[in-house]
This record gives sequence, C-alpha cells and structure tokens, in this order.
Amino acid sequence: MTGAEAIAAAFAGDGRRAALMPYMMGGFPDMDASRRIAEAYADGGADLVELGIPFTDPLADGPVIQAAGTAALRAGATTHEVLAVGRALADRVPVVAMAYANLVLARGLERFVDELVVNGLAGLIVPDLPLEESDAVREACEGAGLALVPLVAPTTPDERMARIGASARGFLYAVSLTGTTGERAALADTFADLVARAKAATAVPVALGFGIGTPDQARQAVDAGADGVIVGSRLVRAAAEAEDPAMAVHALIKQFAAALR
Amino acid sequence: MSAVEHRFGPYGGQYVPETLMPALAELEEAWVAARDDPVYRAELDGLLRDYVGRPSPLYLASRLSEVAGRSIYLKREDLNHTGAHKINNAIGQALLARRMGKKRIIAETGAGQHGVASATACALLDLECVVYMGVEDVRRQAPNVQRMGLLGATVRPVDAGARTLKEATSEAIRDWVTNVATTHYIIGSAVGPAPYPAMVRDLQRIIGDEARAQLLEKEGRLPDRVIACVGGGSNAIGIFVPFVGDEDVELIGVEAGGEALEPGRHGAPLTMAGRPGVLHGSLSAVLQDEMGQILEAHSISAGLDYPGVGPEHAHLRDSGRARYLAVSDAEALETFKRVTRLEGIIPALETAHALHYALQPADSELDLVCCSGRGDKDLAEVLGQP
Repeated sequence: MTGAEAIAAAFAGDGRRAALMPYMMGGFPDMDASRRIAEAYADGGADLVELGIPFTDPLADGPVIQAAGTAALRAGATTHEVLAVGRALADRVPVVAMAYANLVLARGLERFVDELVVNGLAGLIVPDLPLEESDAVREACEGAGLALVPLVAPTTPDERMARIGASARGFLYAVSLTGTTGERAALADTFADLVARAKAATAVPVALGFGIGTPDQARQAVDAGADGVIVGSRLVRAAAEAEDPAMAVHALIKQFAAALR
Repeated sequence: MSAVEHRFGPYGGQYVPETLMPALAELEEAWVAARDDPVYRAELDGLLRDYVGRPSPLYLASRLSEVAGRSIYLKREDLNHTGAHKINNAIGQALLARRMGKKRIIAETGAGQHGVASATACALLDLECVVYMGVEDVRRQAPNVQRMGLLGATVRPVDAGARTLKEATSEAIRDWVTNVATTHYIIGSAVGPAPYPAMVRDLQRIIGDEARAQLLEKEGRLPDRVIACVGGGSNAIGIFVPFVGDEDVELIGVEAGGEALEPGRHGAPLTMAGRPGVLHGSLSAVLQDEMGQILEAHSISAGLDYPGVGPEHAHLRDSGRARYLAVSDAEALETFKRVTRLEGIIPALETAHALHYALQPADSELDLVCCSGRGDKDLAEVLGQP
C-alpha cells in the first residue's frame, strides 16, 4: 500500500463524520515524552498523525509551536530521532511528516525521502514549499510511494487553487485563516468558503487546520464539509503545561474524536 | 524591460507559506508596472535628490589613499538622509506600497538603519510603520530605537533565538502572513523571496550607477576593485551591479568574520562556502548544521549579524565574478577608529569591515569602496569595548 492509499483509507474510515489528525512536535517536551504522546494520540482515536520536525525558523508557526520546536532542539532532538517516533506509530495510523523546506533539502532530497520511507511514513507536508518550488520534492515522493500534501489558504485564488488541488496527493491541507498556527477564540470568517473552494478544486480529501482549538470548532469545520480536522497548538500547549503530557493529550484527543463522530 | 528574476543560477526562489504567494505575485506585478512608469520614477528621483540628498558624493580619501599606497574613493552613502544606503530602498518601496493601496508597513532591522529609513519614509508618506528588532539589537543600537520612536514607528522587540536580525526577519514574515491584505513588507536587504532580491537590487543600483559615472568623470577610468561589506548584501549588490560587465573590475564582498570562523561565531556564509540552504524565502548560502538547522551568526556589527545572504551574491561567487572574504570583529573595530582619525569620517561598523580590507596590501591602483553608512549609532558599542 502506498502512502497515498494509506491516507485515503484513513479518511474513508467509517463510524465518524471526518478524520481526526492531531499534530505533535517531535521531540517535545523530550524524546521519551514525545513517544508517549504519539501512543496517546493513537489510543485516543487519532485517524492520522501529523509529526512535526523541529526547525530553528518556523515561519508558518505561531508562538506555541515555535516555543515547542525551540525546546525540542534544546533537548537535543534530531530529524533522525523524530522520524523514529513516526516509525513506532506508523503500524497503527498513517503518519505524515511536517518539515520546513531546509530540513528536506539540507542533506539531499533523496536521502530525506528515503528516511521517511524507512520509517514507514505515509506523506510529507512542507509549509514553505509552494507549488512553484515543489516539482522535485513531489517527484521524489511519488517515486518513493509517499504523498506530498500541499496547502491552500484563504488568499489563494480559485485558478491557483485548482492547480494546487490537482497536484495534491493524500489530502489537501486547507489553512483556515490568514496567519500562523495557533488557537483563536473563533474560526475565521472565511473558513467555510475556503473548505467549499478547496473541495471543488481537488479529488482528494480536504483537511482543515490552523486555529482549530476546541471540539466545537472541529465540529464547525466538519459541518462546513471538511473531510478531516487538524489540531495542533491546543495539543502542543497541553503537552507543555501538563505534569503528564501523554495523559493530558489523551483526554483532549478523546474529546475531539467524540466531536467528529 | 525584462521580467523580474526569480533565480540567480540555482539560487533564489519563493520558499514561503502559500498565504503569501498571491501577495508576492501582486508585488511583482506592481513593481514591474512602477519601475517603468514615468510618474513613479519622477517622484522617486525627486525624493532621492531633494530629500535624501543624491547623488551622494564620491570622495577621494587622501589620507586613506596615502596609507594604502593607492587611490581610495569612498562612495558616501553615509551622507544620505538617515545616514546609510538603506533609505534608497525604503523610499522606493514605501512609494510602491502607497501605489498598491497598502497603508501599513512592516520592516525588520538589525543595526536599526533600515528601521530608521523605513520609519522615515513612512512619516513622509503618512503610512503606519511597525519595525521588528531583536532584543539584543535594541540594546546595542539604542539611538536608532529612539529615532524610530520619534518618527512615529512602533518598535517590536523580538525575544527569540539569538535575538538579532534573523529572528526579527522571521517575526516580520509572520506579521506579513497574518496582515497581508493591508500590509506591505519592506525587506531591508537583497534577500527574501522573489521579487525582493531583484527589486531591492534595482533600488540600490543607483549607488553603483552614480559611482561609475563620477569615477569616470574624475579619473577617466574604472576602478581596479570595488569593495563593499555584505550582510544581506544590498549595498554591495547595488554598487557591484553596474560593474559586472566590466571584466577588469574586481568585485569584492567583505563579510563578518566575527570572533572566529567557527560555527556560531561569525556571519560569513559566502566565505565559508557551505551547502546552500533555504532561509527567509530564498535558497542561498546559509550558515546551517548538517541537519539543516540554521545556525546563529555573530558579528560586532548588528547589520552583518545574519546567517544568510542575498541569492545573487551566492551566484556571483559561484560564477567567479565576485569574491567574498571575511574581516573579524577586532579588525573592524580597529579600522573604525583608524578611519575616524585619518579622515574625520566615523564609518558604521558594517562599513569598517569593507574599509579594513581596502587598506590591506593589494595589487590595485584604484579602489572604490562603498561607505555604506555612518557610525553614530555604534558609539556606545565601540566605546564600551575593552
């Protein structure tokens, strides 16, 4: 089964209205806790997991994920170890790596992609690799059976969204708001329109992310037609604040999963 | 005119979140229309002449020439309004922002010169201005922070990483991702995603265009060498570009050698010739570890304290058309004091790097050095040094 097929199967799972894809910062708060968080995500009802690889200069991320990345790097996290967290999880749910472009390119694209494959990952999200820069990475991913998941935003015009939608493998990542990752009091005005435009632009499932921090917001995303919901900063904040990060995120995941049933 | 370059050899590109891609396309379109529009040109040229004080003088530094044993001409960007070359770019982009209907400007700054230039242009054109500046730079460039406040800009200190230019730039990009509909980002150097490196170069090439004509008038010949300091590289690309076709003119970029050419202790990505990397939207020479994490830079001069560099410089290096080397903190500091005593010109610490190299023995009869900025902002830092 290719990564795209595994992702498709995870989105198609029955018994719920949409897929739940929690994000975790690999290596945060430390590598051991990170492994336990991954297990807690799967135990709590995650359908897929987005595994963030810490980077020094995460331009698309708000303060919570930035701070988690900095802390993970300070604790000594490496790309190699973080991907190994994915390997432990990959038997249970499809794992999609989230890596900034320099991490993908620094050691050579082929080598990075090989490492994703060795660790059983299903796909790759590169938040600073727009369509115009993505040909080589997409080819390398396709050659290795991995899905390169592109992003669309409220600022993306329809014509461009159609081209991005056609390039999407696995799923299309719809960024709910104009901004960086992080919890917001309410979803942006544009999110429902974005979901509709994204779904019209692609044949693969559409997952909505950025700014979804409560089960109610997740429900609203699904009501608008999203095939999946990505929850990041809320969970990373819980991992940062709790005495027992794995227990804290497990409780939250169960709430989000219940909201999507 | 040709389209705006997105790539310089393999370098450049647009490595930014999707949210910004339509804004970059809009900016490129606006820039292409503006640069060929006589109305925009006339307003820009008028401000550069009457407000900035251009053309800046080309000065034969007689006592430096005596020390070096050859003629050294300084292109006096330090005499521009606000004290550095940064104003050439800031005014050009602020006029462009107004044309695009953007009422809010953001900028990043290291030494504070670009922040002051942006705040100045915004005061003049009645635009809101927010400047991101690392906490460490707020400390060491206090006079410029005060100037920005007086000019009506909001300075947002950035308390992340090494608290210098890299973090300030990242935070400015995040602001732009969030406020892109209302906001134009005036990047201060020839870095960032396309069209910035080409646009900033085009706005700074007035340095080289003037200097070339002035030198031909004074000496009837071209220089043997053109020397400029390189942080992001905007003064250097501005003075280099008109000479690129003059094969006998050597182009030399001087980077920050910092404390030592060891990881985390310098700001010399071109000199160190590591693997290319993606930082702040473009592929270029970048200081990074083997995993691709960006390393902190170090320089005594806040304007050179940056782990990346403009993509066109990386291409000029690879093609052999320009060469790049590093001058240390100690050398720059010594030359800062020496040039002040010899010429009665207090150069910026950034500029002192270029001047230091120009004063070393070389097979040259005539040097053109970009005196990119003045050093008033650096007094506390220099006088505080042991």
